[in-house]
Amino acid sequence: MDAPAIIDVLSPLVSGTAYEAARSVDFATIYVPPDRLIATCAALRDTPALGFNVLAEMTAADYFPRDPRFEVVYHLLSVPHRIRLRLKVRATEKVAVPTVQGIWPAAGWLEREIWDMFGIVFDGHPDLRRLLMPEDWEGHPQRKDYPVQIRKAVQTYEALEVSEEEFKANLERDRVKRTMH
Amino acid sequence: MAELRTETMTVNMGPQHPSTHGVLRLVLELDGEVVQSASPTIGYLHTGIEKTAEQKKWQQVIPLVERMDYLGAQSNSLAYALCVEKLLGLEMPQRVRDIRVLIAELQRLGSHLIWLGTHSLELGAVSMLFYALRERELLLNINELLAGFRFFPSYIRIGGLREDLPRGFHEAVNAFLDRFPRKLDDYEGLLTKNDIFLRRTEGVGVVSQEDALAWGLVGPIARAAGSDYDVRKYFPYTGYDTYDFDVPTATEGDVFARYRVRMREMRESVKICRQAIERIAPSGTWACDDTRVVPPPKDKVYTEMEALIQHFLIYSQGFTVPAGDAYVPVEGPRGEHGTYVVSDGANRPWRVKMRAPSLMAIQALPTLVQGGLIADVVAVIGSSDVVMGDCDR
Repeated sequence: MDAPAIIDVLSPLVSGTAYEAARSVDFATIYVPPDRLIATCAALRDTPALGFNVLAEMTAADYFPRDPRFEVVYHLLSVPHRIRLRLKVRATEKVAVPTVQGIWPAAGWLEREIWDMFGIVFDGHPDLRRLLMPEDWEGHPQRKDYPVQIRKAVQTYEALEVSEEEFKANLERDRVKRTMH
Repeated sequence: MAELRTETMTVNMGPQHPSTHGVLRLVLELDGEVVQSASPTIGYLHTGIEKTAEQKKWQQVIPLVERMDYLGAQSNSLAYALCVEKLLGLEMPQRVRDIRVLIAELQRLGSHLIWLGTHSLELGAVSMLFYALRERELLLNINELLAGFRFFPSYIRIGGLREDLPRGFHEAVNAFLDRFPRKLDDYEGLLTKNDIFLRRTEGVGVVSQEDALAWGLVGPIARAAGSDYDVRKYFPYTGYDTYDFDVPTATEGDVFARYRVRMREMRESVKICRQAIERIAPSGTWACDDTRVVPPPKDKVYTEMEALIQHFLIYSQGFTVPAGDAYVPVEGPRGEHGTYVVSDGANRPWRVKMRAPSLMAIQALPTLVQGGLIADVVAVIGSSDVVMGDCDR
């Protein structure tokens, strides 16, 4: 199935959506407006003629200084029909993309990775934390304006400092807790 | 007497735990021996390969991507090379395609052997590790013969292969293929009906086909749950459609089913390797004839001005790839290894992204181990065959 054929199937299901077929060398590519993403993905998964039951891969690309600078890319796979589809959603630092975790649970960590690497916010994501970089890292490394050859000061956590009185009080509290019942 | 107070216990497993296959950290919430919840923490092996790739020329990325999934190195570079070749619009000669198939299948055998050795080691069959490594040594010797490097040969290049097959390659591969099926029988003799092994694996870490697909576990895990999705059959690449082989599946979806699927996959790989080595002539063409991408032969570099110029152009400036993007999946040892490449028409990639089957497997790990025993966590991690280099990239 090429992109126009998939859009023909999708358009009546998600009414009033301006899909846009893009040129590609491998398989169908469709641009989806962010506000219709969830409805589109649900239709792609649940329509028997399409049956895109696997979110094979999800990533983003930064086209800085173009505006909008990001494209979030979804690679879908329909195992029953042996077809692949690429969805693209344009995003910026300000405009959030809705999470598709409700449709494919596999999106959870992939969206976390995109947040970590690009700083794209996913609306409705229950646990949008960094995935690969340390939690206290500054910046989003895969952005094109992220400096490449920098040296960051070594970050260490401060040693835990407990005075002797506190230490003894802790022990005592623990002992009381264990003997209470 | 007052009622006994009970509470759950939080146990930290890893990142330096012998059975977390690298540096995976799991925080387990235990009720006695039963796992109530597990939360994996990853990123300890993140080396920014995708960011580094954006600073390198197209051909310099090959050694980088091989270091992602270090056990299935050449399925990474195969996916990357195929992806760039798709953007360039290159077609490979038949001999190159057959050699690539052979290499990919030998890589699968090598990776599955490490999985078999470590997985059974963790379940108590310690001697399996030594048997598996013994056979893998022969595969590493073949790699060394090919490219002088045992782990990351970088033998697959954009536009073909690094050079022609070395002398003695056919003998080495045939010797391995003659020896290996009997060794596989030995492995199965040790494990498949072993009561201890069965008790540790049957009914453990069960995942249904729908869940496996929804979590993106396409590969041996989904095939052990009843799906027959295999990239080699569904979206044939580099000539897999001309080979005769089966896709092993099972329906139980537990650790033992994944073991059986991978063991039978090894037998199928041997079948493919035999067909491939018969088709490959000992010497012949090893790259396509596109002079933009493939360096000219050395004898011409020394005698012809144009060839010398082309040689320097390729190695100093690199080649350019038409603007656009492509995603090419290959069936790696752990499942679908895909590469997504974006080009802006320059001599460096704009974006390189590898689909990491291990990342998907670890993401789904909590659902697989929940409600099981803490000892089963080890069995489930082993049967997911995760490689942290692939997961963290």
